[in-house]
Amino acid sequence: MKVTDINSKVNPQFQEKHQRSIYKSLEDKHTTIEDVDIDDPLNAKMILNMGPQHPATHGVLRLVLQLRGETIEKTKLDIGYLHRGVEKIAENKTYQEFMPYTDRMDYLSPYSNNVALCLAVEKIASVEVPDRAQYIRMIGCELARISSHLLWLGTMVMDAGAISFFIWTFREREKIYDIMDQIAGHRFTVSHSRIGGVANDLTSDASAIIKEFITKFPQELKDWHGLLDRNRIFIDRNENVGVLETDKALDIGATGPVLRASGFAIDQRIITPYSKYDEVEFEVPTRLEGDNLARYFVRMEEMKESIRIIQQCLDKMPKGPIRSNNAKHTYPSKDEVYYSMEGMIHDFMMTDTGICPPAGAECYHAVESPKGELGYYIQSDGTGHPWRIKINTPSFRNLQVLENILDGEMVADTVVIIGGVDPVMGEADK
Amino acid sequence: MSLELNDTLQTLVDGLTENFSDKLIEVYQNSGDTFVRVEADSILEISKYLKEKQHFVFLCDVFGNDRYTSDERFEVVYNLMNLRTQTRVFIKVRVEEENPTLESVSSVWKAAGWNEREVYDMFGVRFENHPDLRRIFMPEDFEYFPMRKEFPLLGIPGSIELPNTTPDTE
Repeated sequence: MKVTDINSKVNPQFQEKHQRSIYKSLEDKHTTIEDVDIDDPLNAKMILNMGPQHPATHGVLRLVLQLRGETIEKTKLDIGYLHRGVEKIAENKTYQEFMPYTDRMDYLSPYSNNVALCLAVEKIASVEVPDRAQYIRMIGCELARISSHLLWLGTMVMDAGAISFFIWTFREREKIYDIMDQIAGHRFTVSHSRIGGVANDLTSDASAIIKEFITKFPQELKDWHGLLDRNRIFIDRNENVGVLETDKALDIGATGPVLRASGFAIDQRIITPYSKYDEVEFEVPTRLEGDNLARYFVRMEEMKESIRIIQQCLDKMPKGPIRSNNAKHTYPSKDEVYYSMEGMIHDFMMTDTGICPPAGAECYHAVESPKGELGYYIQSDGTGHPWRIKINTPSFRNLQVLENILDGEMVADTVVIIGGVDPVMGEADK
Repeated sequence: MSLELNDTLQTLVDGLTENFSDKLIEVYQNSGDTFVRVEADSILEISKYLKEKQHFVFLCDVFGNDRYTSDERFEVVYNLMNLRTQTRVFIKVRVEEENPTLESVSSVWKAAGWNEREVYDMFGVRFENHPDLRRIFMPEDFEYFPMRKEFPLLGIPGSIELPNTTPDTE
């Protein structure tokens, strides 16, 4: 029940004389008491600043909340504390050089970002990618999705009050870091994808630990469902909190799990199947309620579907090359670089100039990153540097949703709602 | 150049030709995406028409583009999606370098609010009737528009107040 509902029922009285006398008795030669505001006698109306340095805001997000008592009347978000101008940087780099910057955008799922950039460049420059590379990318993307959702789960449940849960999800994330280490040679900022393929093939060790992970992880998920699904405290904290109504969700521009929890089955993997997503079977989980609990169920089910996708990818993955064989499009393999003159020249040319899409070409390609639709718009002027790259980031759009759904909520629920929307500031601020 | 339009896009182009024949400048395709360029002064009417009559209810993105030496220097692109057929279309408008101004579409799609603020912040294109047109990433007292091509990659020294990195030497 909200405070406004209570107020309308009980119609609280304010003993003006009584309050004034208390205030007056406080007054002495050191203290001056301001006159009592008849409309707001208890100074219930205040502006509260949260962040940017606040552990519950998941980064450098600043909220300015206008409160009346414990109710939020109006919210303004202040973002930009992590603005590094990556779009400007991209205009001065070759396409491949820009990839490590994408790792640092949504730093919770670097693999999806790499793949999003690669797919957009491949679309604009018409680069063919071998099947095996596409399956490796899908495995990487789905592992990144699980990794990102695990962080969300841990921190969101911690925001709701359960500290130990965070440790359990991070134990599983640690396993994904180990897998990424085996796949790409890096644990965190992987930069494994290359324009025209991937950097290196899956080793047998890597396949083995991926298989081990996907056999053991469903049991963990089941345990977590068992702990949270019927947990009274968890449900009370999340049900009917931060509701985004179905008819508003599209207008405000929600994306990803936030949109799917409000009843729209919009998923780029279904709308414009990239890589081999049209050849694997998976469901797009949706809920109708639009509250924080719905977002919890959507993300939990997405993790389950990710495991299904990885399983199918491992089964279907053909043998073959992992990078396109066209030296004008992609880096040659290290064998060629070390043992042939042409290989070395091509390697040098790729590093120096890189891939050059036709002048005036422009394209947009979106992937479904863990946070939602991650799109790259590229405009080329025919050189190796893009004329313009615009990154359509899901966190930016979901933060705009956050600004709208916080109005009318209790201030204590703010952290849970931020946790449920799951923004990453590296991505929102670009 | 021939166009390969699916049913939704064909209906869109036909509808625009019929209702806004003097406002439609060009329709072209590139790398599989469809771009429609219209007159800048009609963007609000066309947005309303697209949302209400053509079911382009989902605004995915609004972004700016600097064409630098060309006439009508700044370009603003609206990335729209029709949810019935899940078709994407890009609506483009161009504005002059001197005092670039556009009508805000945030009354049609609320989602445009932040995106238009970003375009304003990065390129200096002002949006009329925007509910809250402030800079979004840069501080309000910053005087430049960083995504314009003439803005140097290393920034302008002294343009933004930064904390002292060597506190001992102060």
